[in-house]
Order: sequence, then structure tokens, then C-alpha cells
Amino acid sequence: MNNILEMENLGVTFSTESGDVPAVRGVSLRVAPGETLALVGESGSGKSTVALAALGLLPGNARASGGVSVGGTDVVGAGEAELARLRGRTASMVFQEPATALDPLTRIGRQIAEVVRNHRDVSRREAAAEAVQLLRRVGIPDPERRASSFPFQLSGGQRQRVVIAMAIANSPGLLVADEPTTALDVTVQAEILDLLRALAVDSGTGVLLVTHNMGVVADFADRVAVMLEGEIVETGAVEDVLLRPAHEYTRRLLEAVPRLAVTGTTGSPVREETPEGAPVVELRGVSVRFGRGPRAVRALDDVSLTVRAGETVGLVGESGSGKSTAARVALGLVAPESGDVSLFGADLRKARGRARRALLAGVGVVLQDPVASLDARMSVAECVAEPLRVHRRGMGAAERRERVGEVLELVRLPRELARRGPRELSGGQRQRVSLARALVLAPRLLVADEPTSALDVSVQRTVLEVIAELQAELGFACLFVSHDLAVVQQFAGRVVVMRGGRVEEQGPTMSTLLHPETAYTRRLIAAVPVPDPVLQRERRERRVASGTEAGA
Amino acid sequence: MSVQSAGRWGLVAQFPAPLRARFARNKLAVAGIVVVALFFLFCFIGPLLYSTDQTHTDLTQVNLGPSGSHWLGTDAVGHDELGRLMYGGKVSLLVGLAAGVLATVIGTLWGSIAGYAGGWVDAVMMRVVDAGIAIPALFILLVVSAITTPDTGGLIVILGLVSWLVPSRLVRAETLTLKSRDYVLTLRAIGGSHSRAIARHILPNSVSTIVVAATFQVADAILLVAYVSYLGLGVQPPATDWGGMLSAGLTAAYSGRWWLIVPPGLAIILVVCAFNAIGDGLRDAFDVKGRG
Repeated sequence: MNNILEMENLGVTFSTESGDVPAVRGVSLRVAPGETLALVGESGSGKSTVALAALGLLPGNARASGGVSVGGTDVVGAGEAELARLRGRTASMVFQEPATALDPLTRIGRQIAEVVRNHRDVSRREAAAEAVQLLRRVGIPDPERRASSFPFQLSGGQRQRVVIAMAIANSPGLLVADEPTTALDVTVQAEILDLLRALAVDSGTGVLLVTHNMGVVADFADRVAVMLEGEIVETGAVEDVLLRPAHEYTRRLLEAVPRLAVTGTTGSPVREETPEGAPVVELRGVSVRFGRGPRAVRALDDVSLTVRAGETVGLVGESGSGKSTAARVALGLVAPESGDVSLFGADLRKARGRARRALLAGVGVVLQDPVASLDARMSVAECVAEPLRVHRRGMGAAERRERVGEVLELVRLPRELARRGPRELSGGQRQRVSLARALVLAPRLLVADEPTSALDVSVQRTVLEVIAELQAELGFACLFVSHDLAVVQQFAGRVVVMRGGRVEEQGPTMSTLLHPETAYTRRLIAAVPVPDPVLQRERRERRVASGTEAGA
Repeated sequence: MSVQSAGRWGLVAQFPAPLRARFARNKLAVAGIVVVALFFLFCFIGPLLYSTDQTHTDLTQVNLGPSGSHWLGTDAVGHDELGRLMYGGKVSLLVGLAAGVLATVIGTLWGSIAGYAGGWVDAVMMRVVDAGIAIPALFILLVVSAITTPDTGGLIVILGLVSWLVPSRLVRAETLTLKSRDYVLTLRAIGGSHSRAIARHILPNSVSTIVVAATFQVADAILLVAYVSYLGLGVQPPATDWGGMLSAGLTAAYSGRWWLIVPPGLAIILVVCAFNAIGDGLRDAFDVKGRG
């Protein structure tokens, strides 16, 4: 059978202010009907550029060479009119962010009908009826009524379903999905992947899946192409590439992926510790409400948790579960409506002025965004020295410089980096600078809110290693907020699972994540795709079976 | 390198080489810089090379047309018009520049405090701004001038006080986005003060917005000085500025003495356009965050 997508020696070069930058070199790949090819790689590897090139959607400053053919049509040489006929009909695209892929001011039924009418000569009424059918097919409940909803009335997962409905409206032969589940929670991700798989099987659609997540690859792909610096270094069947990688880079990449130890695997239990030290931070019955009156949102509801000296507590949950809010309450950034917060045994809410500053001097903070965490106007030295300027006002410049050098070495960065600006650093280096800033006062508590979720897996690994080693060396307690169960499992001794502003369950990491007590935690863990295609297939079948059981 | 010499406020890092290159690519903006520089030379260095008496009237030399001894002729009381253009330009440029800067400073402080404080403080402060914008600046100027005749310093203060509203809105918007940045949250979480957050993070990061606003503000202020002086409420004779020269020359225009109004009129148009062009260029050069 003919391949629906064929790329032969594709090259893409971007012309920028600082000259031409080659993004993709010599990429050849093909997707057969009904087959899913996953294109994996770290940021900057050129995988998204390849996906855009498949539909002729490259930005204006890009030049493509080589051959790209979709369903027999040559894309590289095609005119805009020909491409417009192709897109949405022969091939269509699902983007990462469902919030921006839909027109916020048009009802979803109309948006889908528009795609139908763009390519087929059907009446308005027929197109509307077809839109309802498509919504039913992608699993939107009550599609007749939902068709007249606006995008903002849907959840993120539902919006992505609508985007998929638009993509399959004209039964395309090729679906290009660029990180289709990256912006979604794991339970929603599992549903969307199930949906995409069913669609591909039912209608024989070929799928080009771009992703950085090896678990998603294991769950969904038939074949895998691994990209590194604009080139494909390895292609093969998913079992071969993920279980028996041939290329050195693939091996390193897979090694860095945090693996969720699940029942049935021999996961190495990492750091099991029994809580015994004195509480460093304690939340008792904390409730937080944002806004006033009937539109107020209850962000936390009677949350109690404790972090003891020297231990690491992982705070996990899906978006909106209140995990970040809980961390912010612990830091005194968010005032609770009711309940007590004690930091180092003192009531943070009552402390004022000097006493409050003294308390907060014992806390270090690392937040998620490596770009926004450091002020681009300051040098690395100034960023790291800021807590010293706040808390050690008497410190001389030379002494301060010395201390900054020390902590930079502590986080395995060269002292010379101090003079550079944050712009000149990579994401991983930036997060280590943030960590150095957090540790400069030798804190007793480190609060880390998703410190590695914006990083590539290999970089994530080094940053986590540095934190773990320093913790062993310096003995600070750590409140570690993350949506990634695998990371938390490796990193935290105890885990607190949050859901909808409440603590769902908590306990030692291994027992809680391997033998969860509540159905929610079980569902959460079942939804995490593991980067082992054989194991993942078993887990998926079990999850689907238990899902139909629960649904029946 | 430039990063090292950036100093505490990182102002050099604020103007990295690519920024200068982007600015230089905007020909109109570069022309604006040249025009402003030429006018400053003309007004401040010019009198040293072309010395004229601008304090005493000389009734033997009134209303002369352009000639070898008076390149731009003389006015109704015998002042050399070219010399007067330099003399008046000094006032126009100085008052415009100072008032523009003053307005930007007030607006920056007001806007950053309102944006940072949020809640009811923000609401009250911004309603004050709304109320201020609802009253035409010219109306306030006319009322003030009816009560008192301001000197140059007074004029700067008054102009500054009526034109800080727009920059305050811009800076407030910028502050709102900056205050939720992770580095500000981190500082707050370890016990850093509000004033530190504003002075060290929010203001330095708003510099691009502030500089662009200031440039347009100067252009507006120069125009505003011309308005009030034209209405006879600005600096008082024998001192003058370009607006005052226009006003004085208006009657003469009907009797064909074009040299009394064309030069100051052109000067105002050129300088205001030049400052606007610089502002446009700076805005385009700064606004690169969206680009990959």
C-alpha cells in the first residue's frame, strides 16, 4: 500500500538576524495508512519543524529542501491554493495547546461545520448535523447541546477533543499531532490517547506523533524515529527502540526518563524514610478561598500536611488540585482563610517585620519557569546574592562574592558563571542558579514548585541529582511539588496526593504509590504511561477493563 | 564586556548591541535623532557663534526682511529673528524635556505603586487617573494661567502635573505582569520587602516601556508648551519660546512678514515629529520579546 506521508532528505533552514540556522537536515521518514510514527527528541531537536513541514506550515523565514509528499502531493513545491486544499482534507493537524487552537468567540459546532464546508459541498444544515456526529465520535457527552457551547465553557480535555473532531472532520489520511497531550493532566492524556488510537484504527489514518514523552510513545506508537540536533539518529519498531535502543543517544535519553515503579516491575525503592524529626513546616486545617462572594473559588479545603526536618515530601496532583497553592501558603505568599500555618515552630501569620524576616531566612524557593525565575536585568551573581542583600545586610562585597562562588560550586556550576547574564544560560543552568539562590542562606527548608517540569529529561535528571546530593550533604527538608508521579516516586520519602483542594491520601511514597488506598490515586497511577511498550500495553488493557467495569 | 560594565541597574544590558542595530535599521528614527541633535546644537551652541541681543528692543531695526545682516530678518521690536529662534528654542526644548521627564517620573511612581499594591489602593489610584484624563489638560492650563503667571520652573511643574496620566497607565499595566513573575515571588517568599521588589525588579524591567513613554511625553510636552505660549500664558517677554514667537508673529503674517512665523512653526513641527520618530524606533527595537 502507498505511504500517506513520505519525506525524502528533508532539510529546513531558518534565516535569522544572526544568519542562517539549519534546523533539520537529511530527514527521511514515511507513515503508512493506519500506522503511528512517533517523532521523539528533546527541545531544539527539530521535531516540531518536521511536523510543520509535513503540512507546508513552516514560517516565512524558513526554507525547505528535499521531498515531502502527502498522499501523493508534493508539499515543498506546492502553491498556497494547493496546500489549502490539502490541509484539513488529506492531512490535518492537532496542536499542543487546545486553548489557543480554537476561536474563543465562535460556538464549537460552527467551528467544526466550517472545516467540513471548507472542503465539501454540503449545506449548512448537513454540516451542522455532521459536527454533532463528530462531537459524539470524539466522546463529548450530550453533543447536540454541546455543539452550541463556546470553547471557554469546556475543560482542557474537552477542548482537545473538539480540536481532534475538527482534524478528523474530512476523514484525512494523515493526522499530524504535535505534543497533543502535553498541556493536559495524565488522566485526561490517557483518554485523549485512547481516542486517537481508536480513530487511527477505525479509519486507517496514519499518524505522525511529535512528543518528548517516552511513555506516550510506548502507549501509542507503532514505530519511533529519534531526533537529535535536526537529524534522525534511529528509526525502528517501538519495542526495538524503547527496549533495545541501538543508538548511544537513545540509550542515554531512555536512561534519563524517570520510570514509575508499578506493581509488576522491579522498581528500585529509592529513599524510604520514617518521619521523626521536628516539624519544619506544618499546615493544619488550612482553607484558602480566592475572590469574594458567590464567584469565589475554594482553592484549599481543610488541608493538613507536615514536613519534618531532613525529609522530602512530594506534593502531587493534577492541575487545579491546589498543590501549588498549598506550597504558597507554606511560604506565607497566600494568606489562608482559616487554619494554622507554622514555620519552624512559629506562627507565620502572626509574625511581623523582623521576626517574620528571620523566619523566612530559613526558607529557600525554586519555582517552575527557568526563564521567569531569574531577573534578566541582573547578572547571575546578583541573582544569587539577592537573599544575602535581604537578610545579611552587614555583609561586605568581598564576603558576598565569596559566598556566591561557594554556592555556585555547590550546584556544580563554575564560579566564572557569576559574571554572566541569565540570558546566556541554558534552562538547566538557570534552574541550578535558582537552586544556588535558594541555598545561599543555608536554609532548613527548600520549597520546590515543579522545579524540573520545564526541562528536558536529561537535564531534569542532573538537576534532581544535584538537589538530592545537596540534601544529603546539607540536611535541609524539602517540600517538592510536582505533577510527575515518576519524579516524585524517585525523589520523595513521603507523598501527599491532592485533588480538588483536598488531601486525597498521604503516606510513605512506596506504599502509597504502589498500593494506593483511594480509587482516585489508583486511577492517577494507572493513567501514567510507562516507557515500556509491552508493559504499557498490559497496563492499558487493565485500565480500560477496569474503566468499563466501573462504567457498567 | 558590556555585561560586566552594566552596573547595578543593568542599563547597558538594557541596550545590547542587537537593539542598537535594530534601532539603526529604522531610518526615520535615526533621522529623528539627527534632527533633535541638530536642534540642540543650534539652540545651545548656535548663540556662541551667532551672537545677538535678545533683551533690549531696537526700534531702528524693526520688521526687516531677511538680509545679510539679519538672516531671518527682525521682529516688531527689533530682535534678530534667527537669534530669537535659538533663544526661544532653548526654552522650548528645556521646558519640553524637563516636563516630559517629570511627567514620566510621576507617572512611573504612581503606576508602579498602584499596580504593585493592587486591590482597593489600585482602584482608588486609577480612578484618580481616569478623572484626570477626563479633564482636558488645556483647560487646566488656562485656569492655572488665569490665576498666576508661572516662570520657567513653574511652567515645567505645571506641564508635568497635567501630563503624567498616560505614562502611569502604561507602567501600571507593565507592573501587573511583572509582579507575578517567579523572581518577584521568590523574593517575597524569602522575606524581601515590597520596596526592594519595586526598585530592583519591577522598575528596571519596565525601563523599555518607560523610555518609550518618556520620548513621546517629551514630544507632547514641547507641543503643550507651544500651545500655552501661543495663548500668551507661557514664558513672559522679553523671554520667549517657539510658541510665543508664533503668537507674536501671527498679526504680522497678514502683512506678508512670513519670516516671523514660518521658522518657529517649522521648528516645532520638526522637533515634535523627530521625537515621535525616535519613540517609534525605540518601541520597535525594544519590542522583540515575541520574536524567536
